[in-house]
Amino acid sequence: MDLNISRRAAALLILCSGFSLLCGCRGEVPPKPTGGVTIVPPIKPDNGPQAYPEAEKSNLPVFTMDYPRIQIPFEITLWMLLASFAKIGFHVYHKITIWVPESCLLISIGLIVGAIMHSVHEEPPAVLTSNVFFLYMLPPIVLDSGYFMPTRPFFENIGTVLWFAVVGTLWNSIGIGMSLFAICQIEAFGVQDINLQENLLFASIISAVDPVAVLNVFEDVNVNEQLYIVVFGECLFNDAVTVVLYNMFSFVAEMPVVEPVDVFLGVARFFVVGLGGMGFGILFGFVAAFTTRFTSKVREIEPLFIFMYSYLAYLVAELFAISSIMAIVTCALTMKYYVEENVSQRSCTTIRHVVKMLGSISETLIFFFLGVVTITTEHEWNWGYILFTLLFAFVWRGLGVLVLTQIINPFRTIPFNLKDQFGLAYGGLRGAISFALAFTLPDNIGRKQLFVTATIAIILFTVFLQGISIRPLIEFINVRRTNRNLGTINVEIHCRLMEHTIAGIEDLCGQWSHFYWKDKFMKFNNRILRRILIRDSRAESSIVALYKKLELQNAMEILDTVSGDISAAPSIVSLYEEKKSSAKPKKKFLAADLRNMHDILSKNMYKIRQRTVAYTNKHTLPNDSQTKEILIRRHTSIRRSLRPGSFQSTMVPKSHKYFSLPAGQSLDLKFPPARLSYTDDHETLSEVAYPTRRSRSGRPTRSSSRAMMPLRRLDTLTEAPSVDTVGDGGRITDHGVSRTNSSYSDSHVAPRRHLNSSNDNDSGSVDNLRNNHHEAPEEEEEPQPSSSSPVWAAEPRDGTTRNPLLRRPQWNPKKK
Amino acid sequence: MGSSSSNMDHIPDAQHLMQETGFSAAHLVRLYERFDFLDKDDRGELRLDDFEAVSELAMNPIGDRIIRAFFSPGRETVDFPSFVRILAHFRPTDTNRTRNGRNGAQPEPANSRTNKLKFAFQLYDQDRDGKISREELLQVLRAMLEMQVTEEQLQSIAERAIQEADLDLDDTISFDEFKKSLEKVDIEHKMSIRFLE
Repeated sequence: MDLNISRRAAALLILCSGFSLLCGCRGEVPPKPTGGVTIVPPIKPDNGPQAYPEAEKSNLPVFTMDYPRIQIPFEITLWMLLASFAKIGFHVYHKITIWVPESCLLISIGLIVGAIMHSVHEEPPAVLTSNVFFLYMLPPIVLDSGYFMPTRPFFENIGTVLWFAVVGTLWNSIGIGMSLFAICQIEAFGVQDINLQENLLFASIISAVDPVAVLNVFEDVNVNEQLYIVVFGECLFNDAVTVVLYNMFSFVAEMPVVEPVDVFLGVARFFVVGLGGMGFGILFGFVAAFTTRFTSKVREIEPLFIFMYSYLAYLVAELFAISSIMAIVTCALTMKYYVEENVSQRSCTTIRHVVKMLGSISETLIFFFLGVVTITTEHEWNWGYILFTLLFAFVWRGLGVLVLTQIINPFRTIPFNLKDQFGLAYGGLRGAISFALAFTLPDNIGRKQLFVTATIAIILFTVFLQGISIRPLIEFINVRRTNRNLGTINVEIHCRLMEHTIAGIEDLCGQWSHFYWKDKFMKFNNRILRRILIRDSRAESSIVALYKKLELQNAMEILDTVSGDISAAPSIVSLYEEKKSSAKPKKKFLAADLRNMHDILSKNMYKIRQRTVAYTNKHTLPNDSQTKEILIRRHTSIRRSLRPGSFQSTMVPKSHKYFSLPAGQSLDLKFPPARLSYTDDHETLSEVAYPTRRSRSGRPTRSSSRAMMPLRRLDTLTEAPSVDTVGDGGRITDHGVSRTNSSYSDSHVAPRRHLNSSNDNDSGSVDNLRNNHHEAPEEEEEPQPSSSSPVWAAEPRDGTTRNPLLRRPQWNPKKK
Repeated sequence: MGSSSSNMDHIPDAQHLMQETGFSAAHLVRLYERFDFLDKDDRGELRLDDFEAVSELAMNPIGDRIIRAFFSPGRETVDFPSFVRILAHFRPTDTNRTRNGRNGAQPEPANSRTNKLKFAFQLYDQDRDGKISREELLQVLRAMLEMQVTEEQLQSIAERAIQEADLDLDDTISFDEFKKSLEKVDIEHKMSIRFLE
């Protein structure tokens, strides 16, 4: 029922906006629309009865309208809104977004709107000119891709990526161009007037792959990381190559005769363009990083620098007609690393969100326009040419992937097998760039319409057919995935432990720097670059800084999410209750239990830090869930640790002293005060958190008499709520909500009255806190003096087993 | 890469180390460079905070255990030979076992299957009593699983794990039981990394 209503609502919404758009798109003086809803009242000259005073009297007009003045921004806004409504509408049906990639849906909506417009003989807005596209629409998309590219895996695979991007695109272009030229010689198709240059030009347009949809599918299906990063990287870089080729070929196409010198110059130009783009990008990136070093007093405009500098890089590159895409991508890459250390947490979040937003809007608009334009332009259809184009596009892509993989596989640590290659080849969808390039073909090319039609045909074909079918195909052929095998519980646990160990050892050995010169670069980076470019530079990003940053990101993101995977829990819980009552000496585990256990383990154990790729969805912000997990856990363990009495156990192994604070000590404030200066109140909450990491080392040499200070700060935490465990249904409450007894704690933990915020204005006394915690209803603890060593995470908690529903002790922050 | 001969002079006892651990000269040089890099104060040995400065280890749920494994009991610093010896556990297993002319009398190399398993075992067994008690297992589970799993789920899982592995019914997992439970698992691959040259 709800679905019906929402479906209707969505459709209605879309239609309404469509109509309003129709009227918005009219020319200067809107005539009465023929079939639509009149939204814009017509501007009448002074005939007929009027609602407003007559013009001859020249009185003060009470009500006037001036549409032409706002026309352009108005139309733009309406288009953007419409596209965004469409996006909202898609997610009404979950099933659809799984099977049909978003780009398809956007194009379909565009087609519908185009059909509407065509039927009322309306022109599409003239916004899609070459300038608008290349200066306004393209940069956000590329910035988005560049900014969120996972740098480490990217650099590990950079050879492969560049190989596929550059050589692959060249192969495709030349191959398709040549074959089409050969086809053109055949008289039957009637396209003999297209010469080689034009064919090559066309081929370069359509060889740019844009696997946006494919990346989504790859993620969902959990395809192996190598494939993912290569596809991602290729997508990014072949834009640059394509534009270069396009410019080159369009220049060449205008020349009547091509000499070998020109070819050579073309190659030289290619290098100039590519490397020049990178050079500019790096330059601007460094300048941006340097600038942010000084922005501690002007936090609000910090994000502006990022955008301005990247855009500037883009424009300057355009000025010199070198590859602006490369410029902006390298600028983003260079900038990101340093800037994210210099700017405040809020700016960091703002930057990320805005980059994503702009990229998303641009992309949406482009696909949308694609749909509209498909209907409203004149097409020149030539069966032979277009079909052969499709064929050759497929064939050459497949061949290209095959051949290139054979060549590059020996150099790779993890070679691509046939299934990977299939994924690579089949994932070569065409998209926005091709469309834009086709549209901006110079008019002196005779068969421009044909090219445009052919490009649109290819895009539609690949996006719809391949986009929809790639998912079942990938699953069917079972592309090598990150695999999981189901052994015994033991095996699963131990294997996971081993994987973590390996990851840790690799980190310790600095394994990711595969190449000697990369090592050198990192040293250079640390010694020189960081000193210059980072405000508070340390020799290396210490755990302190890292923890702090992540802590804050985590805290803010928790606000938006409700976490908690309660699906597997109830059965085990009830099972436990059952078994407990029967008090058997040895539990029998049913098959259902085991399945649940496996489920729990596989869902909840830390995902191994992906050694190659952290999946970055093109449509969402990067997934920091692993670091979030860690931080949440640290949070809970820290909070728990402040209740020293509750974790007494006679069985603390000797080695745990290693982790516990030396007796009598508390959280250590071991970070330089300078850091405090550029944190605002919000950020102080983490200051308490990470000193604990230091003191985990249990080094007795640290002085501890600063116990009071950090805890005072703790009390003023308007803190991220803990992840409430299963029984509470994973409730997350907001920041700063003063937790009252009833709203937050379990009924089973009702006697936590002392944790109420009511009595808390004696903020900051350690003993107060500790005493409060002591009164918790855990009867088996002995009230310990605060000097007992609080044991950290992973310590035994005998106490809680007797209260099965008493799980994480809730940290009840006192409101400031 | 550096010229091995000159760099090797910096490394104390290089020949002996190479033989003991099976690393090649190039490996050792690189490891020494890494050791040097981690050793911020140039003391010639690593302390705890040097390990902790590796930020990725902080993200590792068992990072602290791994770090601790480097320190011999009672010592607070790690010198280069100890560093290398621990890392030798992770060398890929030599398929060609006659490389060093090994015979039965020589001790097993550090990267044998048994020794790899021993390393893993010791990550659990912090008090070095030779057995993984239920508590120790629970601790590790908690570290790996902490979020969203309740205490009794943890207990159940630990219970089950012990049940599966514990053959002599002493409610702990001894090393032999540990080894047996993992007999089908390809430890040589799971616990090996490719050392760079």
